[in-house]
Amino acid sequence: MKGNGEVPRIGVYVCDCGTNIAGKVRVAEVVEFARDLPGVVVAREYKYMCSDPGQDLIKRDIQEYNLNRIVVASCSPLLHEHTFRKATAEGGLNPYLVHHVNIREDVSWVHEDSDEATRKAKAIVHGAVLRVAWQKPLEPQSVPVRDSALVVGGGIAGISAALTLAEAGKQVYLVEREPTIGGHMAKFDKTFPTLDCAACILTPKMTAVKDHPNITLITYAEVEEVDGYVGNFKVKVRKKPRYVHEDRCVGCLECIEACVFKEPRFPNEFDLGLSKRKPVYIPFPQAVPPVVTIDPDTCLYLRFGKCKKTCVEACGDRNAIDFDMKPETLELEVGTIILATGFKTFDPTRTPKYGYGRFPEVYTSLEIERLVNSSGPTGGEVVMRNGQKPKRVGIIHCVGSRDKNTNPWCSKVCCMYSLKLAHLIHERSGAEVYNFYIDMRTPGKGYEEFYNRLAKEGVHLIRGRVAEVTDAPLHPEEEGKLIIRVEDTNIGVVRRIPVDMVVLAVGLEPQPDADEVRRLFNISCSTEGWFLERHPKLAPVETFTDGVFVAGACQGPKDIPETVAQAQAAAANALALMDKGSVEMEPNVARVNEELCSGCHICIGLCPYGAISFNEEKKVAEVNEVLCKGCGTCTAACPSGALSQNLFSDHEVFSEIMGVLL
Amino acid sequence: MSGYAYYPGCSLLGTGKSYDESVRAVFEALGVPLQELENWNCCGATAYSSIDECTAFALAARNLALAHRRGDPILAPCPNCYLVLTKTQRYLEQYPEIRQRIVQTLERLGLNLGHDVPIRHPLQVLSETPGLEAIRQKIQKPLKGLRVAPYYGCLLARPYPIVEDPWNTTILEDFIRVTGAEVVPYAYRTRCCGGALTGVVREAGLRMVYILLREALRQGAQAVVTTCPLCQFNLEAFQDQALRKNGIQERIPVLYFTQLLGLALGLPPKKLGLHRHLIPFQPQRKALQEAVA
Ligand SMILES: Cc1cc2nc3c(=O)[nH]c(=O)nc-3n(C[C@H](O)[C@H](O)[C@H](O)COP(=O)(O)OP(=O)(O)OC[C@H]3O[C@@H](n4cnc5c(N)ncnc54)[C@H](O)[C@@H]3O)c2cc1C
Repeated sequence: MKGNGEVPRIGVYVCDCGTNIAGKVRVAEVVEFARDLPGVVVAREYKYMCSDPGQDLIKRDIQEYNLNRIVVASCSPLLHEHTFRKATAEGGLNPYLVHHVNIREDVSWVHEDSDEATRKAKAIVHGAVLRVAWQKPLEPQSVPVRDSALVVGGGIAGISAALTLAEAGKQVYLVEREPTIGGHMAKFDKTFPTLDCAACILTPKMTAVKDHPNITLITYAEVEEVDGYVGNFKVKVRKKPRYVHEDRCVGCLECIEACVFKEPRFPNEFDLGLSKRKPVYIPFPQAVPPVVTIDPDTCLYLRFGKCKKTCVEACGDRNAIDFDMKPETLELEVGTIILATGFKTFDPTRTPKYGYGRFPEVYTSLEIERLVNSSGPTGGEVVMRNGQKPKRVGIIHCVGSRDKNTNPWCSKVCCMYSLKLAHLIHERSGAEVYNFYIDMRTPGKGYEEFYNRLAKEGVHLIRGRVAEVTDAPLHPEEEGKLIIRVEDTNIGVVRRIPVDMVVLAVGLEPQPDADEVRRLFNISCSTEGWFLERHPKLAPVETFTDGVFVAGACQGPKDIPETVAQAQAAAANALALMDKGSVEMEPNVARVNEELCSGCHICIGLCPYGAISFNEEKKVAEVNEVLCKGCGTCTAACPSGALSQNLFSDHEVFSEIMGVLL
Repeated sequence: MSGYAYYPGCSLLGTGKSYDESVRAVFEALGVPLQELENWNCCGATAYSSIDECTAFALAARNLALAHRRGDPILAPCPNCYLVLTKTQRYLEQYPEIRQRIVQTLERLGLNLGHDVPIRHPLQVLSETPGLEAIRQKIQKPLKGLRVAPYYGCLLARPYPIVEDPWNTTILEDFIRVTGAEVVPYAYRTRCCGGALTGVVREAGLRMVYILLREALRQGAQAVVTTCPLCQFNLEAFQDQALRKNGIQERIPVLYFTQLLGLALGLPPKKLGLHRHLIPFQPQRKALQEAVA
């Protein structure tokens, strides 16, 4: 066998991963097989290659056997390639002389038959041994990391992350799509399990964001374009015109008073349509920034060009209103990015049996959060649409969760918030409250205690998935009521429970534009649409794109404590990167052999990252190693074979294929 | 193409005879060609597939193959036939192993299964050809003043709904309105009638029948209109028992939507099989009497 000039002396390490690999693959047999492969000097089996003793094996063997190439067959390189490169380097070799292959996710976890699994593991190891012989020592590029961060989404996750970063002295840009920050939490009156007032804990943080000298708050805006790479992202943000200069508006709200619409007429989005607003409005009194917004779809002047503009008059010298405002594009340069775009609630018209949209007294939990809110549409009174207090209220859990027909996952927060709402509804209206649940899920500090407290308070807890909500009475006491039909599985009886008001505990879903957002930032989503973390346990806030982190409910359903913990973890990760000041880039970049390059320009047009330019003097293509992402497009397309890619040379790729096929 | 391959199914030869008669009469009156599928066999209903699924598929698939040979879409007025045929078609597309066995079996009979023979319910067909507007033009005796509860039954709504959004569809209501009758709000439009329960767990079946009828009466309906022979049978044949048990004296006729339509089109009641019903349809109002006379 031909190597890379020097005679290869290869060490092969096959991992048992406890029983993860050894339970299916006969590891000893793979090691025997490897021992006889060309160039292999030593081959070993070990229980956990990633452990310190496992890594020490590699280091010691490099010295003892004078190894110059290493193959590790264990788990996914996403997990531990880095570990083995480090061990190889500590053993005295260039870290790019190790090749790490995956016989866990790709073999033992997906095959049922031991013989087949063992055969495949051998093939993969064979490929790795032939390939590694061709690998060359490489030096990674180091690039500086900018000392600024972008946080996308101004819910409690984005707010927490931004404040942590800003406190550490970093420049932070917080981009929020709505006219105000606060996210879902701003809609709540109280939060479980402590029932502390949401506004009391959230609004100081919102104000802190606005006032922090290191935070630039950009609301009513969305990220439009992202360019660059870890440490050096270039981001374009498009700011919608709110027709009010934020720096001039003092939040006196006199313009709202003066608007030619005497009465609020249009559904207030913040109250989910339960209250009305004027075309000039502020979503809620504590909004941040505390400035008004003019809605172009309902403002007479913006729609028809005709209005007395009493708002402008009322604003007077402050001159904050500006009907000529245009969308604005801001260009930011940041070193790290934290995505905190949150969730949306399940649309219950997809579960028509519960009557949402058909029966006016069926509400979503989010709507009820507004009703029980003292700054909400009813001032915190729980009343029906006719203004009367309900006598009985039913809360149906798991609407759009744990349901094969809609979403299979548990939304995690609904049991707890349903208990919270049961308490608040009872407190505000004196109504008898029924909770219909499948399983009561209350894991969390103080959560089970909260559940016990509610049970003591006398809320009815009925175990069973509700079959339907109907307005067709069977008995006289059901006349004029909504009847909840459910199998009470604790007593094995089908029950009909007449109520005045029904609350649907709607589950959590990914944002409808999650897929576009993840493409924009070049990260992955789970099949459901949640942003994917780099590792579910060990890298929960990192993503597969270096420098981009996730926090909060955009990564999966979670409550506020968990969201905040994750946000601060994301901030800490971003800080670590920025404080280090530089990052090493994977050296898997394309290279041009100038003697072979004919200057045909084909690669330049194909490169998706604009990393290739033409050197007019030498008449050859040139790769910018910092911009190159190692996708291989140019290498494959080059008609004269002048382009090659580090770690993916023809020799490396073809020998690996050969090894696998042999 | 010789018109729809009419697949009456077993019910329409027995208890659902008046459905058969009214479907034929209405299609003829509206000029939609219909010809019985030659040599058809029972779809297997629910009974066969719970004993031997593969044979049940073969049974249903034979009818699909017959229609394929004839080159016509199947018209299946019985929702259970509609369900079984549709389910068979979907399963055979989804599971090639089963498909292969069925194809071989059919080959021995000299038949070819084909793909995607359209399977249609009369509600779907008539709403397209001739369409509601054209039907409206042909109404001769509008059933003014008649209050009707629209009852789809469960099978048209699930698991293979005949319309995109079975919870919000008004396809049956639209037909009723075309006849000039009035639609009462009917919360149990797509609730199960109890199916075979009236035969096997009588108490449970009677309760389901009672719930459906009581709501129709509560809403002031003078007739329930159905699209399914089993619904019609349960609601009519067990009505007396179900209502008497609960102390209700009133009785309410249960018609097929094709009968209602036929009356409004001016067809003679006898041609629509109305004389076969246990609870006679005797509209109280004068206008109605005239219409039906
Ligand atoms: C009815 C209900 C009651 C609840 N009650 C409680 C409770 O009592 N206690 C508790 O701990 N948890 C509760 N939760 C859970 C709580 O809402 C979440 O844990 C929390 O809101 C998650 O915060 P977040 O910042 O990740 O997401 P969000 O609150 O959803 O915030 C996301 C923010 O990002 C913005 N955004 C989205 N996309 C973009 C984009 N592309 N560009 C810019 N901005 C964007 C949104 O406008 C929003 O402001 C409840 C949930 C519900 C549904």
